[in-house]
Amino acid sequence: MSNLALIATLLVMMALAYHLGLTRSRAVAAEHDVRMHSRPGYYGVLVALWCGLPALAIFLLWSFLAPQLIDMLVTQQLPADLVAGLSDRELQTLLRRVAALANGQGVSGGGSPEELAAAGHMARLQTIENFSLVALMAVLVVAGLIVARRRISPSWRARNQVERVIMFALAASSAVAIFTTIGIVLSMLGEALRFFSFISPAEFFFGTVWNPRFSTAGASSQGDFGLLPLLWGTMMVSAIALLVAIPVGLMTAIYMAEYAPPWLRNVAKPVIEILAGIPTIVYGFFALIVVGPFLSSVGDLIGINIRTTSALTAGLVMGIMIIPFVSSLSDDIITQVPKSLRDGALGLGATKSETIRQVVLPAALPGIVGAFLLAASRAIGETMIVVLAAGNNPVLHANPFEAVSTITVTIVNQLTGDMDFASPQSLVAFALGLTLFVITLGLNVIALVVVRKYRQQYE
Amino acid sequence: MNIPAQPMATSSVSVGGGESRVSKAKDKVKMNAENVKVFYGDAQAINGIDLDIYENEVLAFIGPSGCGKSTFLRCLNRMNDTIDICRVEGKITLDHNDIYAPDRDVVLLRAQVGIVFQKPNPFPKSIYENIAYGPRLHGLARRKAELDDIVESSLRRAGLWEEVKDRLDKPGTGLSGGQQQRLCIARTVAVSPDIILMDEPCSALDPIATAKVEQLIDELSESYTIVMVTHNMQQAARVADRTAFFHMGDLVEVDTTDQIFTNPQDQRTHDYITGRFG
Repeated sequence: MSNLALIATLLVMMALAYHLGLTRSRAVAAEHDVRMHSRPGYYGVLVALWCGLPALAIFLLWSFLAPQLIDMLVTQQLPADLVAGLSDRELQTLLRRVAALANGQGVSGGGSPEELAAAGHMARLQTIENFSLVALMAVLVVAGLIVARRRISPSWRARNQVERVIMFALAASSAVAIFTTIGIVLSMLGEALRFFSFISPAEFFFGTVWNPRFSTAGASSQGDFGLLPLLWGTMMVSAIALLVAIPVGLMTAIYMAEYAPPWLRNVAKPVIEILAGIPTIVYGFFALIVVGPFLSSVGDLIGINIRTTSALTAGLVMGIMIIPFVSSLSDDIITQVPKSLRDGALGLGATKSETIRQVVLPAALPGIVGAFLLAASRAIGETMIVVLAAGNNPVLHANPFEAVSTITVTIVNQLTGDMDFASPQSLVAFALGLTLFVITLGLNVIALVVVRKYRQQYE
Repeated sequence: MNIPAQPMATSSVSVGGGESRVSKAKDKVKMNAENVKVFYGDAQAINGIDLDIYENEVLAFIGPSGCGKSTFLRCLNRMNDTIDICRVEGKITLDHNDIYAPDRDVVLLRAQVGIVFQKPNPFPKSIYENIAYGPRLHGLARRKAELDDIVESSLRRAGLWEEVKDRLDKPGTGLSGGQQQRLCIARTVAVSPDIILMDEPCSALDPIATAKVEQLIDELSESYTIVMVTHNMQQAARVADRTAFFHMGDLVEVDTTDQIFTNPQDQRTHDYITGRFG
């Protein structure tokens, strides 16, 4: 039986169990002429859960463990001289070939007699495994059904138990996101540590030269892996972006929240938010094709040498991209400032702009700072715009009109093309990713703390 | 409903009234409303009100919820301007000058006619800054020492000085509800208004804090004209010289407080104060 059919059958059984539980609870109620603790539907759901959950758990456990068990048994069956000289990776390749043969797919070069024999063995094992799984699940389904159905009585608190199951299901869903995050961090950490076995952390974090010669160029030289030029480039581009986004975004938010008539607000807000929906690659080539040449020609006019791809180009366009983050979040926060505060200031004879500057904005400031920090972490992590428009020039300099490179761009560069995950040239991407993650995480945490600390102020 | 008849009775009775505080001159008209109508969008909230407000009196507006008393109060210093859909018709004068005249500066008007709201709304600033905000806005103090004086005298007038003098730099939001409301009154007093409007100033306060605010209103009436909205008829009876009864957008009756509570002329007033409705 294929897994899909198995699950479908299980669902049908659960539906049946639901119905059985439902009718049984009604029958019990009628028989003893009592009020059941819960509504019939809850008994139905609970019987269905008793019937389905253990079988489902076994199914998941089985799908996870059985292939490993089979691989182990097949390996034991293989002729000793064939396995002897193989590395872990080669053994895995062999097993995948055997599995392909066992499933009736062809493999390149046909397959040796030993492989064919092993494939036959594997196919037999898989059949046994499949049958035993189906049998075990059938037993669990029926057992669960019978046990649960017999337990139906007026005093069985089905509703409370269903509530608990729902609570666990919700908790499990939230756990998915959390464990994924932890998993990503751990995998980055592992690879980053491997990188640091090649290059010392001091050399990485405090090095001022970025020049990772690719391993093909000459295996003898390691290259220079100094983080600082990239970090500096990231900071410069982000700072320019924030210099654009914060004033424009904040003033937009104030206008939208305080001055704009409702009809304009209803039209303009969605339009501004569309800015956030434009794919960043589109911003990237907009920067490269329109903004860069424009800035360059403006520079010619006033006698400054501005490169087409520069920190300024990338920063400017990135700033435009994050305007909606700043304006939308600040708008929400400004709108949340209670009307009573505005009335208080207006009632004392403050003008509208005095009220906003002296009462509304100070009251909203923590939230607005939070919005700035979120925008900053967005800017630091942004990739496509800088890949296209910043010029990829990992050199430490302070001229915003020159090309720079950022952490994100460098990760892209190091992980595209032929990769050897044993070389520091590729592994450095993980160290860079981890650095980036720590910076943005730090900003987010600060933002959250700032926002939370001052939230209750209006109470 | 027949509105214009009411104010006539008002003026004639109130001149001779006010037995409770005979010493004060009650005959000088400070504010005057003539046929004031207020609309929220298409809905009419006030149906044409005429009313005189006398200098240094305490005038209470009573009436059931939604009768328009708060709306009318907020017309007196144009706080309704902040509501987009609100439209005011008719004429309101302060010292015989139309407050809705096109060249009237609403900012100066509000400095002259202060307002205290239902829910205490101190700014999220220090106690000192809360009081100093208004005077700074209008440039009432040239030096720090003058500002300090204003802050102290305003807090003294609001009966709050002894309670907060050691923590002027602490946030105003940290005070208790009653203290916050007195802080808001002090904040209004600091701008030296002629008239103080109070929109149910005690409805968010416990009885002890209410008693303090009522006593404060009594003291403030020495130097200010006070117009207050209240849901609490006993409160009106305790603090007001005159009381106006509003019903469904109409000013039904206005007279000395004694007269309203002992001998109302209109059946609706009678029904309301005896608890028949509202």
